[in-house]
Amino acid sequence: MFLDLFYRLRKEGVPVGIQEWMMFLEALEKGLHGSSLERFYHLARACLVKSETYFDGFDRAFLKVFRGVEGSLDLEARIREWLEDPRPFGGLSEEERALLERLASDELLKRFLETLAEQTERHDGGGRWVGTGGHSPFGHGGEHPTGIRVGGRPRSRSAMKVAEERRFEDYRTDRTLDVRQTRVALRRLRQLTRTGLPSELDLEATVDETCRNAGEIELVFRPERRNDVRLLLLMDVGGTMEPFYEPVSRLLTALHQERGLRELQAWYFHNCPYELLGRDARLLRRDAIPTGDLLRRLGGHWKVMIVGDAAMHPAELLEPYGNIDPRRMAETRGIDWLHRIADHFERAVWLNPERPELWDEYQTVRHIRRLFPMYHLSTDGIADAVRVLVGGLH
Amino acid sequence: MSPRSKPDRFLRFQGTEGYIASPALVDAVNAAIALERPLLVKGEPGTGKTLLARHVAEGLGLPLEMWHVKSTSKAQDGLYVYDTVQRLNDARFGDGNVSEIRTYIKLGAMGRTFAAERQQVLLIDEIDKADLEFPNDLLRELDEMRFTIVETGDEVAARERPLVIITSNNERELPDAFLRRCVFHFIEFPDKELMQKIVAVHHPHLESRLLDQVLLRFYWLREQSQLRKKPSTSELIDWISVLLRSGMSAEDIEQHIPFLGSLLKNEQDTEALSQYHESGGRYPREWSQLGPRYNN
Repeated sequence: MFLDLFYRLRKEGVPVGIQEWMMFLEALEKGLHGSSLERFYHLARACLVKSETYFDGFDRAFLKVFRGVEGSLDLEARIREWLEDPRPFGGLSEEERALLERLASDELLKRFLETLAEQTERHDGGGRWVGTGGHSPFGHGGEHPTGIRVGGRPRSRSAMKVAEERRFEDYRTDRTLDVRQTRVALRRLRQLTRTGLPSELDLEATVDETCRNAGEIELVFRPERRNDVRLLLLMDVGGTMEPFYEPVSRLLTALHQERGLRELQAWYFHNCPYELLGRDARLLRRDAIPTGDLLRRLGGHWKVMIVGDAAMHPAELLEPYGNIDPRRMAETRGIDWLHRIADHFERAVWLNPERPELWDEYQTVRHIRRLFPMYHLSTDGIADAVRVLVGGLH
Repeated sequence: MSPRSKPDRFLRFQGTEGYIASPALVDAVNAAIALERPLLVKGEPGTGKTLLARHVAEGLGLPLEMWHVKSTSKAQDGLYVYDTVQRLNDARFGDGNVSEIRTYIKLGAMGRTFAAERQQVLLIDEIDKADLEFPNDLLRELDEMRFTIVETGDEVAARERPLVIITSNNERELPDAFLRRCVFHFIEFPDKELMQKIVAVHHPHLESRLLDQVLLRFYWLREQSQLRKKPSTSELIDWISVLLRSGMSAEDIEQHIPFLGSLLKNEQDTEALSQYHESGGRYPREWSQLGPRYNN
């Protein structure tokens, strides 16, 4: 059951590693959970989860493991079971297995085993892992009929109830797009370089040089550090993008608040970029810029973020004269323009506001994913996309 | 409290008189003490992260050392600073004993807690303000609670492991290696009951019906998912001040939300709300119109 929690957490996407797990066991070994499931819940969360964005996943996992059994939970037996099971940690990475082996020789584990042996002998007087005299393990002395709650604490809620409320759902970052957190993700769009004229006093080097110079002051200057990232944003507007107005505008808010970028340009298209890109969402012809010009003007080091659902009629992408706007018909196919964009820029990503489960239902999404790594337009998706943009794996 | 086989081998935190600690917080603090790990505290701005450290120290009866991190802070600053410029100055202008380097070594906040005679609480405030590498640079010192002053070869080692409390405002992600070592606590936004107490501290004579209406509006606003920036505690307190000063009553705020500007600081949010109102959207009149979270 214990291990169940570990695997459930991982299944829910909570990044729990062996180190966290060992910390949790150490805490249990020290009896920090007292004899209440509520404190057990707090303790597990404090040790195993390191960000409120995973609290919801933790609640879900906790419920799945402990719901229905909280009254009859024999924790001691469960822990013993865990220790006796020779194949408990399947599905771990090489690194984690090595760590576990190292930890197994650890003082902690030894002590842990000893404590358990001790506990089995004087089970009745224990009250450390378990309640006394075969009562419900967490209940201890009938403080609560179902053995969950500890009495005496103000406004204390049962662990189950807290977990059931799922109060932390709003903090998830894999489904929602929070402006503040997106800004944190965008902050990684940073490549600091020192270029240009030396204008800033380098104090450390000055002191260093002065010392070398036997105390005669020797000033050293260096160029200022600045962010060298230039971002090109291409956005799909209108039609099927209407339902996604909210997340897209949040992304824009976050981008505009992120002042660290060296340059930011945004251009608009409908469904697929063709030979013209609009200056704003109205896509007026007089404001448009030829896509070819843009590619000539911007160097390949510009980072590209394309925002769109990539869902359209296959002909719009794959046939000549594919633009659904009859006034804008031109021979070059949409997919060819996308090819040119992908070839011209070193790093480009596609952010799709549609739920990832639905992506592959569209033929056009499948085509476009071959050209651009595609991420969900959520805080997590943007963080992944930014990682691709600034380096890392393509 | 259940009997324990190792009674009070470590200090135990119970909260203090002026500070109501949630059960989750008490458990997290005690876990950090017993496991000898740093306690990482996160929470929305204005939920009292820094205050927490002060009260934990008070509750445990230990002195508190504070290290307020700035964007220019380096990990080294917390350990010690070697004032080379002062030494150079003294060497050139003949003040002080230049040959004694120790005079020019000044311990930082972390260095002082290590060197202290008795156990201390160390608050590293707003660690996310500094450079991304800052937390990683502290890993070894946090693990071993010792460091060496390179210039003199002196070692500073903690006699009694300080309790380290670290706060973060989520301005930056913290490195995984650092997170793995911490016990984590997230201060939830205060619920209705707690908020009433907080408001009472600032506005002790607020009429209860007005307070109820004010909180109803406030929590309803926070529930609106379109908002780019949710109003926080300090904005609520400001808003109440404005309402009181202009002599508003509970009836006055039933139909609309006056002085919205003190609650919402984002233009788009203000616009979204006035649009909502103009298109016939209603504000809630009872708590039952809000989610189950507010009705138990």
